[in-house]
Amino acid sequence: MSVNSTPAGADVAADGTDTRNGGHAAVPAQRNNRRGKPPLSENKRAERRLGWLLCAPAAFVMLAVTAYPILYSVWLSLQRYDLRFPAEREFIGLQNYATVLSNEFWWTAFGVTMLITVVTVAVELVLGMGLALIMHRTLVGRGIVRTSALIPYGIVTVVAAFSWRYAWTPGTGYLANLFADSAPLTERASSLAIIMLAEIWKTTPFMALLLMAGLALVPEDLLKAASTDGATAWQRFTKVMLPVMKPAILVALLFRTLDAFRVFDNIYVLTSGANETSSVSMIAYNNLIRGLNLGIGSTMSVLIFITVAIIAFVFVKLFGTAAPGSDDGERR
Amino acid sequence: MADIVLDKVSKKFPDGTTAVRDVDLEIADGEFVILVGPSGCGKSTTLNMIAGLEDISSGELRIGGQRVNDKAPRDRDIAMVFQSYALYPNMTVRENMAFPLRLAKLDKETINQKVDQAAKVLELTPLLDRKPANLSGGQRQRVAMGRAIVRQPKAFLMDEPLSNLDAKLRVQMRTVVSRLQKQLGTTTVYVTHDQTEAMTLGDRVVIMRGGAVQQVGPPQELYDHPNNLFVAGFIGSPSMNFLTAKVEEGTLRTALGDVPIGDRIRRELEGADAPRELILGIRPEHFEDAELVDDDTRRRGMEFTAPVDIVESMGSDKYVYLSVEGERATSAELEELAADAGAADFSGAGSNLVTRLSAESTVTEGEDRRVWFNLEKIHLFDPSDGRNLTLHEGRAAGTFAD
Repeated sequence: MSVNSTPAGADVAADGTDTRNGGHAAVPAQRNNRRGKPPLSENKRAERRLGWLLCAPAAFVMLAVTAYPILYSVWLSLQRYDLRFPAEREFIGLQNYATVLSNEFWWTAFGVTMLITVVTVAVELVLGMGLALIMHRTLVGRGIVRTSALIPYGIVTVVAAFSWRYAWTPGTGYLANLFADSAPLTERASSLAIIMLAEIWKTTPFMALLLMAGLALVPEDLLKAASTDGATAWQRFTKVMLPVMKPAILVALLFRTLDAFRVFDNIYVLTSGANETSSVSMIAYNNLIRGLNLGIGSTMSVLIFITVAIIAFVFVKLFGTAAPGSDDGERR
Repeated sequence: MADIVLDKVSKKFPDGTTAVRDVDLEIADGEFVILVGPSGCGKSTTLNMIAGLEDISSGELRIGGQRVNDKAPRDRDIAMVFQSYALYPNMTVRENMAFPLRLAKLDKETINQKVDQAAKVLELTPLLDRKPANLSGGQRQRVAMGRAIVRQPKAFLMDEPLSNLDAKLRVQMRTVVSRLQKQLGTTTVYVTHDQTEAMTLGDRVVIMRGGAVQQVGPPQELYDHPNNLFVAGFIGSPSMNFLTAKVEEGTLRTALGDVPIGDRIRRELEGADAPRELILGIRPEHFEDAELVDDDTRRRGMEFTAPVDIVESMGSDKYVYLSVEGERATSAELEELAADAGAADFSGAGSNLVTRLSAESTVTEGEDRRVWFNLEKIHLFDPSDGRNLTLHEGRAAGTFAD
């Protein structure tokens, strides 16, 4: 999502988020190096050295563009640092965290973000699964079906968000006109509903694509066996397909949850956070870029980082038990 | 348990190809029938139609006297075993075997009892709590069988169930399948591409080619009295030798010498449109070292001399490869058989004759050897349609029968 964000501010707001992805990718590289095993032959050691040399440039870039910004924002979050009052810059420890975590605006935004995340991901999972099944099963015009299903995902988020905004603008918007004289973007509940609708509309195809890859992993014979064993279509789906697809579903959910938690573009365009519709990314942006309060803004970014890290951790734990067919759930 | 009747069953795919053409087959209650043929012959499609996994384009399928064309697989009360085993990877062995029973909404106690019983029969009891990923190929195969037998269905359908096992295990499992089928007495349709499996397992064998049934019968009958060139070449290992035979002056000119023909064959060949060139087929075991043949037997055959190429001693007998002059017999059927065996692009120099001689034979490689063959066991085929000309009322009688 953040990849598509084009407004000038969005890049900055996404800063704290993109670094996370980078941090993730660096992990396997480090894992290759297990120490304390029996001594290696000369050949093996040369191979390992070559491996490290080949990894080095990527690792270096990763450190420069991810580790540094993360550490820098952590450092900023520990300071009172408002660009409007640069003279008052001072190290204050965890005081910013106390300020943010005791602030009702933060918790409102956190609640809104959680709501959007849970609702959109749940709806996307159901719709995406339906779409994936359709795309997987279609025999005629498969290419057209797949292409047309992917169109929403191909449209730049901000462009799509603007078209939603115009559609819901009273007087000129075709959707607003359906509900005579309403201005849904001026009320909290309907605004949130529209934000979620725009999110779901946009990212369901992505979910469907990930799930379709999972569907391809279900052997045809397994479904045949289930139908001769007496399973109905629904039982084949729930008792055979879903368990076999579970790893793919978890990956799709992980991707989408992390993305959804960082929701920014749609809110920025549709409501600008009015009527308590801000997400955590929105208020981090407002404090950091608009308010020029580097300390508080960085604190929020770090908190978002921690939340996303926790979500990722939980999902990765779930993967461990997801591999179908393993006796022990600990295989990783 | 029930009988299965296929009445002019055909399968046409939407793209216009006909996978199965007018198959008529009556499978009796408790019978073990094998569908065999090279890949793409329609045997698996036929099985899938019986299972209900493929729609039937035309014709009628009856299980237990009841038309089931439009019934879903789950309503046909049949169990299927797949080549890939198709075990549910997320379930333990016990859960896999219990799955069909759970779907049938049986109570827990009955399920457990049935699963334990089936596990005992297949010696799976110690594996019941394992997941399929932690089983060997043979064990998975047994679980798949277990899942089929717990339900006591009307019929078992098996789609190349042993093809993924290694050779030794396959032979072992063959006896397991055979014994199990006899014990349970359940109607079984078994698909394989392996003619050895077909010969050893079935009560009756159905040989298919290009979507059509070539011949149906007990294994020995197919072996002794093949309807046509395809059946003759498909059944038997090593397979039948085929040589060209020109019809000239009341005899057959072959690379083994002039073969005399009897009245009946002569009458067949008298017609104006009768073929001038035939394919002579003779199985390896109908040759013998001429030194070892007694006079009585000698009269029923004829002899020829050929250089010995290779001798393979099997202990019980010797496979002797002879080089004979003359063209290799050609026909569509033979090419298809060669393609199936993977030898389409490989043909040794000359036409090699595979013979199976007694172990006492002193034949050595490189020498010219006098070899006898049995004229009563010769088959003659029409190369244009593959028909067996020596077949009379379903029995093959050799070339000089009257």
